[in-house]
Amino acid sequence: MNFQFVLDNLAALTVTGLTQGSIYALVALGYTLVYGVLRLINFAHSEVFMIGTFTTTIIWAALGFGVGAAAPSTLGVLGLILAAVLAAGAASGATALVVERVAYRPLRKRNAPPLIFLISAIGASVALMEAAGAITNRQPRGMPSLVFPKVQFSIFGADVTNLQLGIIFSALLMWVGLDTFINRSRLGRGVRAVAQNPEVAALMGVNKDRVIMLIFILGGAMAGAASVLYDVKVGLTTYSVGFLIGIKAFTAAVLGGIGNLRGALLGGLLLGVVENYGAGVFGNQWMDVVAFLVLVVVLLFRPNGLLGESLGRARA
Amino acid sequence: MLEVDNVTIRFGGVVALDGVDFVVREGEILGLIGPNGAGKTTCFNAITGVAKPTKGAIRFNGESVAGRKRYKITRLGIARTFQNIRLFPEMTALENVLVGADARHKTSVVGALLRVYRVPVKRHELAEVTATGGLARLAQQARRTGQRFFGLSRHTLEERAARAKATELLRLVGIDVRAGELARNLSYGEQRRLEIARALATEPGLLCLDEPAAGFNPAEKEELLALIRKIRDTGVTVLLIEHDMRLVMGVTDRIVVMEFGKKIAEGTPAEVRENPKVIAAYLGVPADAA
Repeated sequence: MNFQFVLDNLAALTVTGLTQGSIYALVALGYTLVYGVLRLINFAHSEVFMIGTFTTTIIWAALGFGVGAAAPSTLGVLGLILAAVLAAGAASGATALVVERVAYRPLRKRNAPPLIFLISAIGASVALMEAAGAITNRQPRGMPSLVFPKVQFSIFGADVTNLQLGIIFSALLMWVGLDTFINRSRLGRGVRAVAQNPEVAALMGVNKDRVIMLIFILGGAMAGAASVLYDVKVGLTTYSVGFLIGIKAFTAAVLGGIGNLRGALLGGLLLGVVENYGAGVFGNQWMDVVAFLVLVVVLLFRPNGLLGESLGRARA
Repeated sequence: MLEVDNVTIRFGGVVALDGVDFVVREGEILGLIGPNGAGKTTCFNAITGVAKPTKGAIRFNGESVAGRKRYKITRLGIARTFQNIRLFPEMTALENVLVGADARHKTSVVGALLRVYRVPVKRHELAEVTATGGLARLAQQARRTGQRFFGLSRHTLEERAARAKATELLRLVGIDVRAGELARNLSYGEQRRLEIARALATEPGLLCLDEPAAGFNPAEKEELLALIRKIRDTGVTVLLIEHDMRLVMGVTDRIVVMEFGKKIAEGTPAEVRENPKVIAAYLGVPADAA
């Protein structure tokens, strides 16, 4: 127990927590979108993220930025990140879409009970993870550091690096884009209509299957973007990378109120920060224990999460 | 316009509709009446694709409805309201209507993203320059110039048209001042009217109203009557389920009477009123008391 350490380094722990939390939040959006519309926990979402991390290494290697490559210029860094976001977003979105088509849509057509969807989700998750394990021989893949952390400024005694700033801002930007899309656009209107009442939405001419495809692609693309941020931050990936991130992101979604976009953001950031404090107090090995204890405690008092469940809400 | 051809629907062992047969003619207001449990709402459900006929066919302008996806039936031109109000509670009144209007959008998902389909703009459609100075004015001018050269995307124009149409419909049903309010905050009567506006936004040929006057006081019922007539006069055919006999008699051109899942009578209000079967089965009292 080391409360003094946490108090002394509160600001620094907060910054690292927010950085980690931004990645949780982006992944959490995928859980929350799918749950909001289908009332289904898409456990295969963690593997959608994993596919993104590998796609990033592949596209970087293809662009000449493999292991041992020299650090590129600033413009090169931006180009590599953009290429990775596009490629990983597309690959993850496509993976999510395939999961929907193969694992969920046939069940939906047969009106399967929710439990069957859950089994199918877990099956899809394990199948994807093990397939990636087989292909990569269960060897982790490293990549050269793209961004060397450089302190930009200090706030309350915490050094903030360009890397941390970049990750937090990219995540916020993606979130704002998604939130605006859902709340302002025509397609977003359809998504909200289906989330609020699928039967009536269909009777008002909303194509439910298309809305479902859309949310899987959107959620997948968000996970793809998160996977790029993860790669930039960690520089290492493996076939099972999605598991813990996926569980944490799912926790973040539930913490904020699953089905609620703002909840996913709040839950992700909060989880990142709290687990960092926890790690500071009890030591790093206790980080995940703290994260999940927080979930249990919050749900005891707010069973619907901090902001409540609802994708349909205008403030979703 | 709509043919309900010998339709039977069974739910397990229960026969909800038993060989029901009637047509809705273009431009009329047809009343569908009958005691509780007669199968009126089931009939609506069959027409809008919610319930599947066990036997028989439903044709709309010659096209079979059964087996089609619900959203496609809506796009064929059949819209409905619900006996128990079913709005999108967390959307504004305007957005509720827009969801209906979206059924008529032509721009695809990809089209809306890329917006390469441009339409030349008329002068009054250009972005307005309202800022008096500084960067804001420059940005607005740039936008206006851009639109003059590249036109507007069809998506933007459709979105604008949808908003205009939705506002117009809200005005038609008399709740345009509440456009920005969340649907769940509207009063009961406003919610009923909003349902009608949302259904009309899908540009139906046939509008199915399921007890639109339920819970209305006499003055509100009068307004509703006027509204239904107004809707018919815009060229929409109306199929109306209603319990209030006075309302049905007052507004419909013809009436179909159902009991226990069967059609027992059909005709003008006057004919139906005189029909002994109807008097016995539905009214249970002398006809003139209705």
